[in-house]
Amino acid sequence: MSENVLERLRAALGPDLLEHSDDHGDLCVTVRTSALPRAVALCRDDPALRCEMLLDIVGVDYLGRPERFDVVYNLRSLADPKRIRVRTRVDEATPVPTISHLYKNADWHEREVYDLFGVRFDGHPDLRRILTHHEFEGHALRKDYPIERGQMCYVPEKLLTDEEIVHGREIHVSPASAAVAVAAEGAGEEIASDYLTVNLGPSHPAMHGALRVEVLLDGETIIHSRSEIGYLHRCFEKEAEDHTWQQIIPYTDRLNYVSCLTNNVGYVLAVEKLMGVVVPERCQVIRVIVGELGRIMDHLVCVGTNLVDIGALTNYWYTFNARERISDVVERLCGERLTTSYTRIGGLYRDLYEGFEADLRVVLTEVETAIGEVSKLVRRNRIFMDRTIGVGAMSREDALAWGWTGPCLRSTGVDYDIRKAAPYSGYENYDFDIPVGENGDAYDRVLVRMEEMYQSIGIVGQALDRLPDGPIFSADRRVSMPPKDEVYNSIEGMMNHFKLVFDGIQVPKGEAYGFSEAANGELGFHIVSDGSGHPYRMKVRPPCFPIFASYGELVRGHMVADAIAVLGGLNIVAGELDR
Amino acid sequence: MGVALDSPQNFMTTRLRQAVNWGRKYSLWPMPFGTACCAIEFMGAVSAMSDISRFGAELVRFSPRQSDLLLVAGTISYKQAPILKRVYEQMAEPKWVIAMGVCASSGGFYNNYGTVQGIDTLIPTDMYVAGCPPTPENLFSALVRLQNRIEHEGLDAVKERHRVGKRA
Repeated sequence: MSENVLERLRAALGPDLLEHSDDHGDLCVTVRTSALPRAVALCRDDPALRCEMLLDIVGVDYLGRPERFDVVYNLRSLADPKRIRVRTRVDEATPVPTISHLYKNADWHEREVYDLFGVRFDGHPDLRRILTHHEFEGHALRKDYPIERGQMCYVPEKLLTDEEIVHGREIHVSPASAAVAVAAEGAGEEIASDYLTVNLGPSHPAMHGALRVEVLLDGETIIHSRSEIGYLHRCFEKEAEDHTWQQIIPYTDRLNYVSCLTNNVGYVLAVEKLMGVVVPERCQVIRVIVGELGRIMDHLVCVGTNLVDIGALTNYWYTFNARERISDVVERLCGERLTTSYTRIGGLYRDLYEGFEADLRVVLTEVETAIGEVSKLVRRNRIFMDRTIGVGAMSREDALAWGWTGPCLRSTGVDYDIRKAAPYSGYENYDFDIPVGENGDAYDRVLVRMEEMYQSIGIVGQALDRLPDGPIFSADRRVSMPPKDEVYNSIEGMMNHFKLVFDGIQVPKGEAYGFSEAANGELGFHIVSDGSGHPYRMKVRPPCFPIFASYGELVRGHMVADAIAVLGGLNIVAGELDR
Repeated sequence: MGVALDSPQNFMTTRLRQAVNWGRKYSLWPMPFGTACCAIEFMGAVSAMSDISRFGAELVRFSPRQSDLLLVAGTISYKQAPILKRVYEQMAEPKWVIAMGVCASSGGFYNNYGTVQGIDTLIPTDMYVAGCPPTPENLFSALVRLQNRIEHEGLDAVKERHRVGKRA
């Protein structure tokens, strides 16, 4: 299959295709920078390739190389689950042609690469910084930018330009003229406009603390908006380059802090993919259990807060009581209620405690009751239906073009779930359904999440039934500690122990993209290792990044109150959005 | 507070400071400046199991102008810094600040180009809560300690705090 794909690419691109390789099952091609849009368009449109989705754009800085930067495009085809990686190399001065006309979410991904690496994109409609603030100087993920060099921001950025406020629609301006607009704002001039500008967030309860949207209103109708992120940019990717592989696990808790367990699992799966480590069956089953618990906790918070945002406070108590019950079990298992750090590369932090199964079964019944109560309160509730049905609807095609994954994509009717499409941790052995919606509106998103919780409860139940005995850690000595009697009685065992403790796990040189189905969708880790004991580059593909990128399109033409109802159901978690 | 129960007029005598502080202490209205993981634990603290209303602080106001306790729950990035400062300045006196969790207290394990190394570099802070994130019980402990401090504050404590704030 991969051969066939490669032949088509080679035939179409000719000498512009420079290199190709097979990277852990993903086809990886390197193309000349000028041919990049052609190569990406080919991957999207060719009937044999049909990559409907752009997952991520990754920048990598190879300091010292003449063509200093790699820009990597991760593409995915849905019909036939394959992934193509298109790579191009550029120096500091050369811009990369944009592909924002091919994939809608490329806009934000390219802005991110520009912000963190300083790679410019030719033809990009709005090339501004996205994660760091507008007063930031330099590019933070370049290898010659020191990690501790913080830069204070003094004035928050203005999002809508004067032209947009006056004319009431999106106007593509060059970054230079946008800067002029910002400077004019500093002078405090009033602009005469028929429209009203309203700023939501970042300190706004419905914006979940770290999102910001500026909307332009005609009456109460949103005619244009611009979203801004980065208020919780905690530099996960830079921190990862500064830590050993095992030390990164606590940082992954804080990506999607609503479902830490699921992130833990996603990260170790990616590293294990690069290392080729296989974990024992008991470990896999426990990972399925905790992963699904994370998913349930995430959905409980999402459904609860979404309903609070539109005025249904009672449900918050129901969902949070259930969540607290799971938290109790998680605390007993991991020692922490929220930030669990439960997995390890090659295994788990510790085995299940005695009585875990009985505890969990009781808790799951309670959770099921809680979901049932919430479901009864909202499913046929007139107010809830009026507020959400047909609001913030996204079509199947648009959702794919935006790079949506997870429950939001499934609410539009696409039955895509990585647990089914590319099973990991033995998901192929469980019996569960993928709930899908029809209209892709706010109502469907809530209902899909509720149904997913039932499915997750079912999966956990099956996992508890089949939980095998045995070790929870891989016997691979590259990742696991030798048993104590070897450490004390043999020099090899002692050296092994010493190296693992002092140097950490040594991941071989290579590049891999590991992915799993997190609560919000596809959580990907694009890892580049140079064999030094630290990641050379660690790029997270947060599921809510492309989802939030589409927010402006989702709320255009709706009322302000609808914007709030839509946002809650998208479940944007700032920790993974901004990293 | 001296209450004279045996008096036929049912009046009580006290000091102004004590009466005012008694009122302030049990009606802290928090404004949760929740940005990250700690905000999820704050939600846990508000929910039925932990129930912050037992301490008289359940009236969560998202408008800084209506609240007197700024509860900074989560990491503050440099991008967020001017907003935090502005929210603090919008609050009316008297006001208190709790830094919930290590990120707000000191930057936590994020020592990098994006993270403010403790909110006390931006605004005066009264209480620091350890934990990543702190449990609801931890937060309540800080709340009770703050209440005890308020009880013994002078009426001009406001001025003093401003002086400290300038130095910071």
